[in-house]
Amino acid sequence: MKLVTAVIKPHKWEEVREALETFGVTGMTVSEVSGYGRQKGHTEVYRGAEYDIALVPKIRIEIVVDDNDVADVTDIVVKAAQTGRIGDGKVWVSSVDSVIRVRTGERDEAAI
Amino acid sequence: MDGYYAWMIVATALVLMMTTPALALFYGGMSRSKSVLNMMMMSYVAMGVVGIVYVLWGWSMSFGSEDKLGGLFANPFELFGLDGVGAGSYIAVMFQMTFAVITAALISGAIADRVKLSSWIVFLPLWITLSYFPIAHMVWSTGVGFISKHFGAQDYAGGTVVHINAGVAGLVLALIIGKRVGFGKEPMRPHNLTLTMVGAGLLWFGWYGFNVGSLVFVAGDGGKKDIAQFMSETGVTFLNTTIATMAAMLGWLAVERILHGKATTLGAASGIVAGLVAITPSCGAVELPGAIAIGAIAGGACAWAVGLKYKFGLDDSLDVVGVHLVGGVIGTVLIGVFSSSDAPGGIDGLFYGGGLGSLGDQAAAAAVAILWSGVVTAIIGFAIKYTIGWRISEDDEVEGIDFAEHGETAYDLATSTSRLGGSSVTVGAVKEGVSA
Repeated sequence: MKLVTAVIKPHKWEEVREALETFGVTGMTVSEVSGYGRQKGHTEVYRGAEYDIALVPKIRIEIVVDDNDVADVTDIVVKAAQTGRIGDGKVWVSSVDSVIRVRTGERDEAAI
Repeated sequence: MDGYYAWMIVATALVLMMTTPALALFYGGMSRSKSVLNMMMMSYVAMGVVGIVYVLWGWSMSFGSEDKLGGLFANPFELFGLDGVGAGSYIAVMFQMTFAVITAALISGAIADRVKLSSWIVFLPLWITLSYFPIAHMVWSTGVGFISKHFGAQDYAGGTVVHINAGVAGLVLALIIGKRVGFGKEPMRPHNLTLTMVGAGLLWFGWYGFNVGSLVFVAGDGGKKDIAQFMSETGVTFLNTTIATMAAMLGWLAVERILHGKATTLGAASGIVAGLVAITPSCGAVELPGAIAIGAIAGGACAWAVGLKYKFGLDDSLDVVGVHLVGGVIGTVLIGVFSSSDAPGGIDGLFYGGGLGSLGDQAAAAAVAILWSGVVTAIIGFAIKYTIGWRISEDDEVEGIDFAEHGETAYDLATSTSRLGGSSVTVGAVKEGVSA
């Protein structure tokens, strides 16, 4: 089992969700986060004062998937979230030792 | 003259609206989310404190008949508590009261986010007593007050009394009280510009009461001459107030587009206020071309001036100096250039063949107001600094003055699904019948 974590542009969130749902992903955890990468935030000007806004709002998606689905799920996220411009975000995959469904107590693959 | 009386009731209510909520919204939106409530409270509290002081000794000290010290102020005890003032004059008292209120409230923008509410409440009655009432007397007690008597300067609705006065006070207090923690280092961008846009629009609306209501009758006997003056002069001041403000908004947007690349909503809101400030003293002195010129110059100049505070390291948080002092001086002094004898003021300025006389008078009036307000505000400011102190603790300032001074926060930013945010409560801490 793997944990797929994706940090994407907020306005791409709906497209990513739809694509994942079409593929058959049934659930995920989503949070509003802020951060920056190579784009390094942006500048805003108020009454002549320039502010460097370091943190940019992003959406973080976390999905636990079966090993066999990892390639498909990451491809779907990358394809749906891509604009080709700086600041599109990142996707990474990490190993998961164990998963338990709270309602039933089912474990691992059965709990995904 | 029942029409005039009815209009003045409306005008008074309009000016009242300029402080609460218009100025509170305008300033509140520009402050940070952790200090918006305190910013708004400074306006609301000014309403309460200044209003009561005004009816106690403010009216007497501004417009009483017992002049003191060669036109500097009138006897505060002559009409104390409106004793001896007929009910027929109450609307006039109330109208002038709303001017004192907003002048004091304007200062709060220069010292946002960092001042104890108690110190502000101590400052208010001292400042309006020692700075506002005297300058109002000097300018508006025609032929008696110091500035009126010596310079005959025109100030239709308060370029010197209101805007230069508040602008200088803001400058002096910002210097005495000092910068906010992190000023110039961390972003202090406006937290809600929609509030600021609403506030600016309401200020514009209320300003018709401020300017158009400031008519003073020449004959003053309620006869045909007064009626004719009322019917024509209000048209001039209404038109000038509107057109100058439009020009100022465009002037500000043009300058910031050139200097910074974009025309902003904050620029539009600020340009509106800069134009209203500049046309305040001049709305009865100029004709249409003068109103457009004064508005455009004020809008452009203020857009440039608000950037200067960073060069001087002055934390005039919401640009009271850059908008009200600069705009007030421009409007007051440019009367000497653009005033026309065909306007109600009846004096020709430099461009209308009047020579330099009016320009000199206007500049002198501005200088006296700057000097008086500067000295008086410095005395009060230092007196408070070395007694009860001005500032909340550094920790409280970083945490947010809203919670430190008022025990409140403006926004519950937790989403409805959040159990960790603001909405879950410990049962033992619930006092008012909320069942967990």
